[in-house]
Amino acid sequence: MPNEKDSRTMPAGALKADGDGLRVIGVPRRRVDARAKVTGQTRFADDIFLPRMAHCKLLRSPHPHARIRKIDTKRAAAHPGVYLVLTGKDVPIHYGILPVSQDEQALCVDRVRHVGDPVAAVIAREELTAFEALDLIEVDYEILATISDPEEALATPEPRIHEYGEQGNIHKFVALEFGNVEEGFAEADEIFEDTFFFQGNTHLPIEQHAAVATKDPDGKLTIWSSTQTPHYVHRALAKVLEMPGAHIRVIATPNGGGFGGKSDPFHHEIVVAKAALMLDRPVKICLTREEVFYCHRGRHPVLMKFKTGVKKDGAITGMHLQTLIDGGAYGSYGVASTFYAGALQTTTYHIPRYRYQGCRTFTNKPPCGPKRGHGTPQPRFGQEVQLDKIAEKLKIDPADLRLRIVESPNALTANFFRLGTVNLAECIRRVVKVSGWKEKFHKLPESRGLGLACSAYLTGAGLPIYRNKMPHSGVQLKFDRSGGVSLFCGATEIGQGSDDVLAGIVAEVLGIDTFDIRLFTGDTDLGPVDLGSYSSRVTLMAGNAALQAAERGKAIIAGAVAEKLEVPKERLRFAGKRIFDSAAPEKGVTFQEAVCLAEARFGTIGTVGSYTPPKSPALYKGGGVGPSPTYSYSAAVVEVEVNQVTGWVTVPRIWIAHDIGRALNPTLARGQVEGSVYMGLGEALMEEQEFRRLPKRLSHALVHKYPSILEYKSPTSLDMPEVITELIEEPDPRGPFGAKEVGQGPLLPIMPAVANAVYDAIGVRIDEIPVTPEKIMKALAEKKAGREPRFGPTHFPDIHWPEALRVPPPWEGGDGNAVNDVPRREKLRREKEKVLAP
Amino acid sequence: MSFAPYKTLLEVLREDLGHTGTKHGCELGECGACAVLLDGKPVLSCLVLALECGGSEVLTVEGLGEDGKLHPLQDAFADLGAAQCGYCTPAILVTAKALLDHNPHPTRDQIREAISGNLCRCTGYLQIFEAVEAAMLKIAEQKNSGA
Repeated sequence: MPNEKDSRTMPAGALKADGDGLRVIGVPRRRVDARAKVTGQTRFADDIFLPRMAHCKLLRSPHPHARIRKIDTKRAAAHPGVYLVLTGKDVPIHYGILPVSQDEQALCVDRVRHVGDPVAAVIAREELTAFEALDLIEVDYEILATISDPEEALATPEPRIHEYGEQGNIHKFVALEFGNVEEGFAEADEIFEDTFFFQGNTHLPIEQHAAVATKDPDGKLTIWSSTQTPHYVHRALAKVLEMPGAHIRVIATPNGGGFGGKSDPFHHEIVVAKAALMLDRPVKICLTREEVFYCHRGRHPVLMKFKTGVKKDGAITGMHLQTLIDGGAYGSYGVASTFYAGALQTTTYHIPRYRYQGCRTFTNKPPCGPKRGHGTPQPRFGQEVQLDKIAEKLKIDPADLRLRIVESPNALTANFFRLGTVNLAECIRRVVKVSGWKEKFHKLPESRGLGLACSAYLTGAGLPIYRNKMPHSGVQLKFDRSGGVSLFCGATEIGQGSDDVLAGIVAEVLGIDTFDIRLFTGDTDLGPVDLGSYSSRVTLMAGNAALQAAERGKAIIAGAVAEKLEVPKERLRFAGKRIFDSAAPEKGVTFQEAVCLAEARFGTIGTVGSYTPPKSPALYKGGGVGPSPTYSYSAAVVEVEVNQVTGWVTVPRIWIAHDIGRALNPTLARGQVEGSVYMGLGEALMEEQEFRRLPKRLSHALVHKYPSILEYKSPTSLDMPEVITELIEEPDPRGPFGAKEVGQGPLLPIMPAVANAVYDAIGVRIDEIPVTPEKIMKALAEKKAGREPRFGPTHFPDIHWPEALRVPPPWEGGDGNAVNDVPRREKLRREKEKVLAP
Repeated sequence: MSFAPYKTLLEVLREDLGHTGTKHGCELGECGACAVLLDGKPVLSCLVLALECGGSEVLTVEGLGEDGKLHPLQDAFADLGAAQCGYCTPAILVTAKALLDHNPHPTRDQIREAISGNLCRCTGYLQIFEAVEAAMLKIAEQKNSGA
């Protein structure tokens, strides 16, 4: 069974993955939930209408930073049709996705920290009535100074946006050093220092967040919500409502797009839950699009500086990365994001010595959080553009340079991440070949160019968000006399196809059709816990759990069939809805008969499976962010055409190769790659979450520049280039049937590949994302004036970094611990003694 | 039927008639998720007052299939990965139907143009184009065989 030991040494699904004869896995097929989607019958949260259902609206702060002196709700409460008005004192308990940042309240009690922070809720018979009554609430605010960006946050310790964090308005410092980086630079033939900026952007799922809560007849609470993480919502509700978790049921409705934006527990979920309990009737909320922009949790704006030493042949001798991260008004996933920004540099190319310093500040803007690629696309952009500059200086082809330095399979990196299969070199070779790179790079006519970039991504976070030793995913199967199989799992369908992944794995093992399986997913009462649809974890983790449950069911059924047919168990095959003797295929029973035989022989048939990732060798503080059972790899070549009069960039074609291990359903895998390319292209060229200050006479407040879909530009069908997708399939023994992630990794190389292509086309460096026509025109003007042909940040501020934790890399005899983390060493020693004590 | 006079077609469809197949992403005419066919032409139902629709034929995703069978567009979208989260799908399906009704053999560029007002954040549009093209062939085949 896959997970009873370290899954690195105990191959899971791959036991049979390299054998042929797979009938479901690897076959392009209609996803199990496709019919519901194309008939409009998928029930999203806002499609739920219950008898006696009331509607909720939130009053949000018009100020980016203010103290709440007083809230008067009397007039709103007396408004005809209003059932209830809630304020912060009704739900005062703090919560937050990470145990270290419990800094949110469902409704602000004494302070608002960004425009859109909710301060009160109205629940009324009609949505329109609730909306009208918002105007009747009077809030007396005392305006506070606002902080608009990280440099201002560094320079402005008071007023503090939060009373916790490192100091002033610095939320989190990270300082880690793996080997002596200065020695690395001393060994280098060339040193490169570059600063980059990656503007924030948002997920923009087409479905606005919505939730419906109801008090069950027995007094318990049920909430349907468009969330990617029902398990974490479950925990937050139990905490804030002070109710036993056993009395709360969270049902994640299929998400109309998530991309990370529905991964936090949200205000509106807590508010409708509280209101439903108080009113004893169902309460619904559906956010407006503007409110979705205020929920945000999107890509952090990051200023970064890379210092990299290389030998003449391209070998990296050392790297020092500094990041300054704009966190927005709350913690959200930010501590993890700050670690992630420095985590994955070592997973693509061999970096023998590495130092990372990260700083996340609070600002008075909607909180940033995890968006597809969580924390890693920004530094990946800088790293891959800098590599392009290195290749040019060393006069090595950018593809060849990368091929020389790719990291090896199963390597233990400088920061103690254990890699799995690594087919990055094959990805590079494939895109070079199919794009005609050698014939085109540097050889296309003026204004046209090619750019190349690579990336890696997690196949599931190796550690849970709250510390525990339980499985990350569980699956239960129930076998029915009808021949049907019911699957129960907490995994959440956000469009990525998690239901189909689970059905595909179970159908393959049991020899049945995916449509013979009924799925009950995303429900905290019905299914075992799955931590959620984030970090590209579901295929590997829930997939391995499903595989284990299916294999156990198969063993039970095989036992009964073997007895009946008088055939050794080992000779039985499960295929085509039959179980038969592989030596004499006509001798067999149908799957339904087999379940009946098994039930008669052993009683009711049900099985469970679970998955726990392998223990990570990264034992230092902060080493919990970045480990994964295995990593996916991507390489992309982007072609651009730049209009030098307008600065407009057209992208006719993108070639991408993705190291996926195995594509469980190639139709969906391709869709994930193309969807990632699309979203990456949006980030590369146009998407940005920008803010502006109102004029001084109008309060000087900081407001969202574009809280609408019309103004927040995203690519339409007219902007989408041709995409040539190559899936590289070497099954990874850690994944079910060898599968690795595909939902996030292919986004990462697009932004740097676009910037590199623009350089090839017109000889200017845009060291900032998005690459807009305005920036191109400015860089072209610099070029024309004979100055550095570049647009991008020119400095990185002086930050008083804390002493770095020094972790000697594996090749210097490191054991994964920091040598100077005395308190942690003491703690670990005491824990060990406790375990060993009689 | 009766409904409040200020309601949009979108609201009447979803709230008064229970046809929740038609979605919304902004209710400002920006995302295209609420498209329906009004007398055969795609309109954004969030920008149309229901009162204005008296005597008109409204087609939503619920009316695409016939005799319990999926429309060829629906089959193609389901088979070819054109629906991921499925939220923009109903509007794109009816918009594509209007295109094929009007122009049975659109080029790739005409398909791009026709759905350019419908945002999809999941697919990158390519599998949608392919599904519309597959449905186009299927419909032509059905016509030729006299079905």
